[in-house]
Amino acid sequence: MRNTTFTALLVVAAAIVFAAMLWVHNGYVFFAGYVVLQYIVLATAWNILGGYTGYVNFGVAAFFACGAYSTVVLHKLWAPPLIVMILVGGLVSGIIGLGTGYLTLRLRGTFFGIATLALAVVAQTLVTNWDFVGGSRGAYIIRPEHARYLPLDYIQYLCLWMLILSVVALSTARAIEHSRLGVGFATIRDDELAAEASGVPTLRLKLIATVLSGAFMGMAGAPLPYYVTYLDPSSGFSLSYAVNTIAMPLIGGTSSWVGPLIGAVLLGTLQQVATVTISSALSLLIVGLMLVGFVVAAPNGIIGWFAPATRTRMRRLRGAR
Amino acid sequence: MSEAPLLEVNGVGKRFGGFIALADIELAVAPGERVGLVGPNGSGKSTLVNCICGTLRNEAGSVRFAGHRLEGLSAHERTRLGLARSFQLPRPFATMTLAENLRVPILYAVNVRSGHAMTDIEGRCDELLRMFGLHEKAHRLPRDLTQIEMRKLELARAMAAEPRLLISDEAMAGLSHGEVDDILELLLKLNEQGVTIIMIEHIMRAVLAFSQRLVVLVAGRKIADGDPQAVVREPDVVQAYLGS
Repeated sequence: MRNTTFTALLVVAAAIVFAAMLWVHNGYVFFAGYVVLQYIVLATAWNILGGYTGYVNFGVAAFFACGAYSTVVLHKLWAPPLIVMILVGGLVSGIIGLGTGYLTLRLRGTFFGIATLALAVVAQTLVTNWDFVGGSRGAYIIRPEHARYLPLDYIQYLCLWMLILSVVALSTARAIEHSRLGVGFATIRDDELAAEASGVPTLRLKLIATVLSGAFMGMAGAPLPYYVTYLDPSSGFSLSYAVNTIAMPLIGGTSSWVGPLIGAVLLGTLQQVATVTISSALSLLIVGLMLVGFVVAAPNGIIGWFAPATRTRMRRLRGAR
Repeated sequence: MSEAPLLEVNGVGKRFGGFIALADIELAVAPGERVGLVGPNGSGKSTLVNCICGTLRNEAGSVRFAGHRLEGLSAHERTRLGLARSFQLPRPFATMTLAENLRVPILYAVNVRSGHAMTDIEGRCDELLRMFGLHEKAHRLPRDLTQIEMRKLELARAMAAEPRLLISDEAMAGLSHGEVDDILELLLKLNEQGVTIIMIEHIMRAVLAFSQRLVVLVAGRKIADGDPQAVVREPDVVQAYLGS
């Protein structure tokens, strides 16, 4: 299937989902849906670096929160339209991704993971000591009641934007898989030295992966201040973002764009249901238990049960020129 | 050597901390030549290959390939210039089939060098796999290969980059007598097709059968360079490599 056809189908599916949400006519569906969609974007973004190139990023919260805090800054300065905030959030986190890449991509495995974790700590410390964005006290954002140009409540509007971001992230991930870039990413994951010897510009490709991954995480974080209306460093940089975001592709499968989607929908929905029916504290326990279960029962994730990796890849690589 | 050398190594030196891995290495390889590079373990053969191919940076001296200075070029840029290598320990792309393994250098070296996408990549992969006797396993993963097939895959992937110079790093290590002959035959065939080859090997029977010229390294220094039959009789070589 061509990328344009795939994107068109995804847009249709997203439109159906949004129409169904409106039809249910329940505000909570949008609150819960926003979180699930946010995790689709985050998990897909993480998978571009962690799944395709094998570089495990524990610093998800840093990229996500920098997107969110860029919105706080813009809101205080000028309060531009949400689209501008999303783009700026993506730009800021993309640049952080580029810097992180230059500084850390010569590290591998555990060392790279620890470096990204350190990035989150450094970023959180900086934000905690930055008075303009509220410092440790946090920042309040007054959420408008309604969207400016659409007949939607603002929470519905936020959900719509997250749906659009999900479509963009999934389309990008699939396009990467079917491109020469995706082949290059896979060689980095398998053997970086052999990749270089085969003509693959590994450093450049890793930088592309960190920028794309960081940018999508920043874009996912940008609407957050309007969703939560109060943002402080401990919630913005919460470790749960990293835990969830890493668990979702691992549960769904890291070799394809479908994996993070399945993982995010499954885990995100389960967490939302548990939060309102049992306990909000239980949601991380669910992640932990599911992760242990899937690592044992499905090391290649849920998609590993259905599509043998080689067959999927063969189809994908035939398209790469 | 009347023709301009394809590869020129001038005074290359490399240290690892206080350990001198290579000292003032001089080497020139003519187009189409078959050069054997031998030496005891730890003599610096693989370090020299790594310096030539860009995996390691040499601290002294220079390397020129096909008229290009290689200093400052990364390994993938050197591959794109036409300098390919196989690894001593096979390093296949483990999650890719054999055909996919061969696609990588075509996509990233051949297409980039030529400036346009090869129209029949699958045909080229099939041609290479047949040449190396791997076509029946084209869609299998490297984990399904035998030792010699793994070695052949290494060579096939290096050849997929369409190199002018191939450096074969111990492609025969651990193989049986017949398998060594098999690889030897392949390397000779590649050379007949115009590929210049540097063969690093410990199996002297194969080295002598293959090489037009033999270079000997000992403790990071070149101690001999010349006609293989003459070199193996040099007292220094006998003493250092073959044993007295």
